[in-house]
Amino acid sequence: MLELKNICFSRDGKDILKDINLKFSDNKVFVITGANGSGKSTLAKIIMGIEKPDKGNIIFNGTDITNLPINERSKLGIGFAFQQPVKFKGITVGDILNITAGKKLNRSQICEYLSDVGLCAKDYIDRELDSNLSGGELKRIEIAMLALKNSEFTLFDEPEAGIDLWSFNSLINIFERMKNDTKNTIVIISHQERILDIADEIIVFENGSVKEMGKKSKILPTLLISSKSTRYVKEGKDNE
Amino acid sequence: MNNTANEVDKKILKTISNIDISKLKGAYNIRKDGKLFVRNTTPSINIVSKKDKDGIDIIIKENTKNESVHIPVILEKEGINDTVYNDFHVGENADVTIIAGCGIHNDSHKKSEHDGIHTFYVGKNAKVKYIENHYGEGSGDGKNVLNPTTIIYLEDGATLEMETLQIQGVTSTVRTTKAYLKENSNLVIKEKIMTTDSQEATTEFYVELNGENASTHVVSRSIAKDSSKQQFSSNIQGNTKCFAHVECDAIIMDKAKVVAIPRIDANNLDANLIHEAAIGKIAGEQLIKLMSLGLSEKQAEQEIIKGFLK
Repeated sequence: MLELKNICFSRDGKDILKDINLKFSDNKVFVITGANGSGKSTLAKIIMGIEKPDKGNIIFNGTDITNLPINERSKLGIGFAFQQPVKFKGITVGDILNITAGKKLNRSQICEYLSDVGLCAKDYIDRELDSNLSGGELKRIEIAMLALKNSEFTLFDEPEAGIDLWSFNSLINIFERMKNDTKNTIVIISHQERILDIADEIIVFENGSVKEMGKKSKILPTLLISSKSTRYVKEGKDNE
Repeated sequence: MNNTANEVDKKILKTISNIDISKLKGAYNIRKDGKLFVRNTTPSINIVSKKDKDGIDIIIKENTKNESVHIPVILEKEGINDTVYNDFHVGENADVTIIAGCGIHNDSHKKSEHDGIHTFYVGKNAKVKYIENHYGEGSGDGKNVLNPTTIIYLEDGATLEMETLQIQGVTSTVRTTKAYLKENSNLVIKEKIMTTDSQEATTEFYVELNGENASTHVVSRSIAKDSSKQQFSSNIQGNTKCFAHVECDAIIMDKAKVVAIPRIDANNLDANLIHEAAIGKIAGEQLIKLMSLGLSEKQAEQEIIKGFLK
């Protein structure tokens, strides 16, 4: 279980996160939603250790990880799929999957993870993770990495962005499998209706605070009826 | 074999040419401390010592396929200054791999220097892959200096792909490459350099695209660490309908300095020339991404460097 206690974060005089208290219990899918700029991505970065909170604590399975570096958190079982995948010159798709696995994978293992995200291994394994790949391709590889890492607690920051040409069902399948196979907790930041639909619980952010949180059956209907600050979109359309 | 390789010879040969001297096949000419160490020729590839100066002529018969030539140089004698002229005459339609390189083992306080001047005459429709590795080692504080010059003449339809690697132990290097391309010929150059401490590396490329549809692709990737200095300059002359793409990418670390001087001259309306240059430190987001996969900052840095110079 991951717990956030009194997390505060401000930059340039602006309060980005205001006293956030959340508990992410095991083996559930949480979807965090809310308007752009409401603090969702910052919260994910704070959990991964990319940003440090000004105040508050992060407790993971009973251990205070607030001051642990990124890699230590990763080793404890936290994973993070970036909203904007990082490009690397010279590092290939095969290399990054080997780095993720912490060992050299054979071709059929790499093929398995890439085909899960709709990519053919033979076309991609030796390609560099650079500008020669489209945003959508990079995004799928990012998701394949996190599926391979299979952490106890995985954050996905807007995983649906740029995957319009890929079967949306495949993405949902990955989340379902990550959850079911290993009793992992998945936290997805998204505006996408179909992603909201696979949530066990939905957390709505507004202006750096948790506006509401609860079971999907309770939150989702109200979200879809009216929201002035956020636009919820159907499959295949961009969320911006 | 007239000479027996010692352990240092074996290590250097393995590093610069990835060869095991006891299993070496095909044509080769190993030069050690300014003299011929051992040589072998084949029916298709002859190697002849020059009479007027130090060096060799490598004559590759036309239509020679799938053969290789190894011409490594080893410097172990202290204070040696070795200049050598090697000319490659590649016959029409040949398809060969040439592996050169210089390894210096310098335990002294004196400077060791090797200046290799390599000239390639590549015949019509011939295909050459040329690999050149440079490496220095030794316990002394004597400088290891390598100044290679490569001159390339490509006849109609000829192609040459040149890969150069210098990753360790070379105090100072000035690498000069000049190429003259005729119709439909293609030149690919891939350069990888890493400098550390106070090492200095300068590379200069001059390519003339003289024949219609001649093309070149020059890629330089380098890493400058500590207080080392690097300078990359390229000068591409597009004199006809031709294509050139020059890419210079450098990572700077610590107190290193890198200078990139691009020049592309389009002297014809149909010359299509591109130059891209980027210099910068390792991106913070790259380190963060790899750390989020469990790597320490140091390990992440090593992976980024390894990939960049791959």
